[in-house]
Amino acid sequence: MNLQLRFFASLREALACSEEAIDIPSQIKTISHLRSYLRERGGQWAQVLAEGKPIRCALNHEMVPEDTALQEGAEIAFFPPVTGG
Amino acid sequence: MTVRIQEEDFDLGTEIAALRKGDAQVGAVVSILGTVRDMNEGCQVKGMTLEHYPQMTEKSLENIAAQAKARWDIRQALIIHRVGPLLPEDQIVLVAVTSSHRGEAFAACEFIMDYLKTAAPFWKKEETPGGGRWVDARVTDDVAMARWVENKPKS
Repeated sequence: MNLQLRFFASLREALACSEEAIDIPSQIKTISHLRSYLRERGGQWAQVLAEGKPIRCALNHEMVPEDTALQEGAEIAFFPPVTGG
Repeated sequence: MTVRIQEEDFDLGTEIAALRKGDAQVGAVVSILGTVRDMNEGCQVKGMTLEHYPQMTEKSLENIAAQAKARWDIRQALIIHRVGPLLPEDQIVLVAVTSSHRGEAFAACEFIMDYLKTAAPFWKKEETPGGGRWVDARVTDDVAMARWVENKPKS
């Protein structure tokens, strides 16, 4: 499945990555699976996306829970809790 | 309902005049203006940079304004949020709501601001004497937002 990944704020800096096109194996079904899959890259990826870290995610520009199913061609964003206003 | 994300500053008087212009049903305007402090968590702040998520930001703010409109009897709502580099005393955010009576405008304005603080994709990075640091989300903001979920006001 093809996805467009986006990272923001402290995550973007720590991963040194703002966006990336990725083709994931078919067994990766949810955003939570995707997060584990990215952790397997090790290094900063394992640390920044570690379980228990407060990370929010969005699917096609809408904030969603991590158990949300992925969709072909979707834009998936990971970011820390928001601090605007 | 108007939503604007911009680097430029804005003028409160001009924005409110435009918001209520031509609508004689308006009897109340409530607004909140957020500004940059020079201290946070005991540390001096020399400036900050506001990052956001284009596409999602507009969508989430429009959604917030629509929810306020559905919940309270308001006439108009305006949300302006600045992004990019900002200095202490600068204006960051404006939320303004017009309605026939003040109660609806007060509630809707506070709701939009609380919701924005927890759901709109903006992030602040402060410049302090010790270097740059990303601002952590506040638990008090989540508590403020939870009020609106638990205690739905009169319909």
